[in-house]
Amino acid sequence: MTTVTTSPPRTASERSPVDRAVMRRVLRVGVLAGGVMVYTAAIGMFQTFNDKEIIDPILSLSYLVLFAIPAVAGASFSKRVAIEGIETEPLSTLDIAKAAIAGAIAGVVVALFALLVDLFPDLRGTFPKLGPQMVRLLTLEYSVASGFIVLPAISAVAAGAGAAFAWIPERIRRPLLLAGASIPVLSMFEPLVDDLFDEIPAITDFLYSPAGALTITSSIVVALVVAGVSYYLRQRDPIIKKRLSQSADVSVRRRTTIVLAIIAILAFVVLPQFLGGIMNELLTNVGLFALMALGLNVVLGFAGLLDLGYVAFFAVGAYTTGVLTSPLSPTWDPVLSWWFAFPAVVVAAVLAGLMVGTPVLRMRGDYLAIVTLGFGEIVRILLLSDWLSPYFGGAQGIRSIPGIPVAGTQVNATSPELMIYAVLVFVFIAVYVSWRLEDSRIGRAWAALREDEDVAEAVGVDTVKAKLLAFVTGAVIASFAGALFAAKVGTVFTNSFQILVSIIILVIVIVGGMGSLPGVVVGALVLIGILGGPNQPGLLQEFGEFKLLIYGALLVYMMLKRPEGLLPSVRRQRELHQDEFLQDAWLDKGEGDEPQSPGPSVAEPGGQA
Amino acid sequence: MSEQDGRTPALAFKGVDTHYGAAHILKDVDLEIYEGEMVCLLGGNASGKTTTLKAILGMVEPTRGMVYIDGQPVNGWTTAERVKAGISMVPENRRLFKRMTVKENLEIGTYLRDDEENFEADLEHIFELFPRVKERLSQKAGTLSGGEQQMVAVGRALMAKPKVLLMDEPSMGLAPVLVAQNFDIIDQINRAGTTVFMVEQNANMALSIADRGYVLQTGQIVLSDTAQGLLNNPQMRSAYLGEA
Repeated sequence: MTTVTTSPPRTASERSPVDRAVMRRVLRVGVLAGGVMVYTAAIGMFQTFNDKEIIDPILSLSYLVLFAIPAVAGASFSKRVAIEGIETEPLSTLDIAKAAIAGAIAGVVVALFALLVDLFPDLRGTFPKLGPQMVRLLTLEYSVASGFIVLPAISAVAAGAGAAFAWIPERIRRPLLLAGASIPVLSMFEPLVDDLFDEIPAITDFLYSPAGALTITSSIVVALVVAGVSYYLRQRDPIIKKRLSQSADVSVRRRTTIVLAIIAILAFVVLPQFLGGIMNELLTNVGLFALMALGLNVVLGFAGLLDLGYVAFFAVGAYTTGVLTSPLSPTWDPVLSWWFAFPAVVVAAVLAGLMVGTPVLRMRGDYLAIVTLGFGEIVRILLLSDWLSPYFGGAQGIRSIPGIPVAGTQVNATSPELMIYAVLVFVFIAVYVSWRLEDSRIGRAWAALREDEDVAEAVGVDTVKAKLLAFVTGAVIASFAGALFAAKVGTVFTNSFQILVSIIILVIVIVGGMGSLPGVVVGALVLIGILGGPNQPGLLQEFGEFKLLIYGALLVYMMLKRPEGLLPSVRRQRELHQDEFLQDAWLDKGEGDEPQSPGPSVAEPGGQA
Repeated sequence: MSEQDGRTPALAFKGVDTHYGAAHILKDVDLEIYEGEMVCLLGGNASGKTTTLKAILGMVEPTRGMVYIDGQPVNGWTTAERVKAGISMVPENRRLFKRMTVKENLEIGTYLRDDEENFEADLEHIFELFPRVKERLSQKAGTLSGGEQQMVAVGRALMAKPKVLLMDEPSMGLAPVLVAQNFDIIDQINRAGTTVFMVEQNANMALSIADRGYVLQTGQIVLSDTAQGLLNNPQMRSAYLGEA
């Protein structure tokens, strides 16, 4: 590695087109990173994050996020794309220099922005987040003028470090990265850790300062422990890898899956016992969204039908439960218990699934999405209309919905440690049903439908039946969530069924991995658990205000970099990364001949004039 | 082979008319395909060839006339029901499920069969016909060459154990050497007992292996004869076989 530092030989003048292209790129990356940094400040994210300390007196979330931006931008300079196994260019010290310059440019952009805000205090009228406080924070409490030195300097160091990171040998890089990441993660998850080790205050007292962040000592300890464990595990990596590669054998892999599933189930069953009310409440929300995402996964992930009005089925489940079980129900007199209302909920969901599914049978792709989007809104607006208000309570909704009666007690939001189990039961049911369906005949029909509807029909798939079945299955699973939601909250009204819910469920499915059951559950855990749902707070309440921004950014990132999702289904992964596999196959053939020369000479456009 | 007295055709049209909106596509079309035969339907662009196949599969309903499978009128049957009755199609341009593996493509072919336990045996049969398919079994169908895709498309149709195999333009988009190879395969399948009804523009090639042929022109059957008869027909020679 160390021998390959020479830059490719140059024959032409110093200002070759290659150089100019490099300079343009440095400038572009720098301005872009600066722009993103300015953006975080302009929307007030930077200021809000300043309240959250990561390492108590020395680092707050705001500066971590701010300077992570040039670091990531800098790392892009040492990224190498291996085209057909040939590295385009060896890593060189030049990369670090380029990154540092780009970082400095970014810092200058931010400093200019601070100057601008300082010079024109009137800007505040239009952009309420801009003001002297922001300038002060942005320039690290120095004056605006010295900001022009401090900001570029720190950004340059951050960007240079980002680029230099690729130089660190792989076996050290991973533990280092994990150790670095563990500090903010542990600091951000303070409420969870605090809750988990409720009984052992020694741990939390050691880890956290009174402000709820890691202290300098504890962060050093944490980083060392994480790095050590990660390094040790990495030494054992070949063994683990070997075990995993053996599991290419289907039956072994199946067994591994089952074992993992059992461990996950046990964890979910035991965990709520150790968590307090707030954490259980949070997990209950995660469960409800996971349930809905599992339902949408059947419709979208399995059958490929993009339903943007999915929240309608959630509403059907919630309102049916409300009408049948609430003593204050406007039309329905006999008060049923949740259990007796449940079959009616399922029937209502099946009918709703057929009602939405039948008219859109002939629609495909974009048209299906638009029509279902309309359906979702129609349900909400109808519930608010004069026509249905007398039956469903209009804007007031239905109140006094009792909880789920279990062994003499009412399970609802006041007993989150019981509610979580009710939700978990239905999540398991949904996971099991989806899992069985995917491998079944109808699952195969759905896959064919998703791939090519015409051909699916020609090979004998009853597309009408397959589509309706997908809609109905999805509707029933969402109605489970609705029924649980009504019992939990005790009140249903249209505000809970806005289009945003449909969108967020969709994002969960896409981010988690379309068609992948673990992916969807993990997607719900990450998005709802950490960021929070449309009306539900997540673990990181600092993000609350910027939740939707982060959702959007995450969606864009996933579409660009990992379209198959966090935990993709096997098939989906194949669909989206086949080309890379083929490349790997090519690489395997060329194995053995290491690249010895200092990199293949780079194309020199215009060099040999 | 045109003498089929007393036998029920495996597939038949009687006076079939179809419309797309106001456009009159097929006009009074009569067809009879008997078990074991290989029949081709020839015709230029927009003559109604593909519509004929769609009418067989029930993707287009005749506005007049009857479609029979094994002597049974099937008007009003869904596509799935007709596939179950023994019709299977290799679509134009192959149309594989590109993002599924070859094996999954073949599995879909068995979708309507109840005897899933015979899957492996049928798979072996496909491998005998196309040894290449076996090598590609776990590969994504979209990454295969055109010729290999055609093999998988035929294999997928055969996995349904059809009585009548419909082929929509089997020569389309293939290199000449592959076209010849492909027609050999179709011939082989037919010899093994599967009735084949093929829609094709390449009249020479199709007639070289078919028993009989129909010629479709602007939705009407204008000629119907044995393959040899058609090859010798002067009208046919000038219009379709590329001779002045």
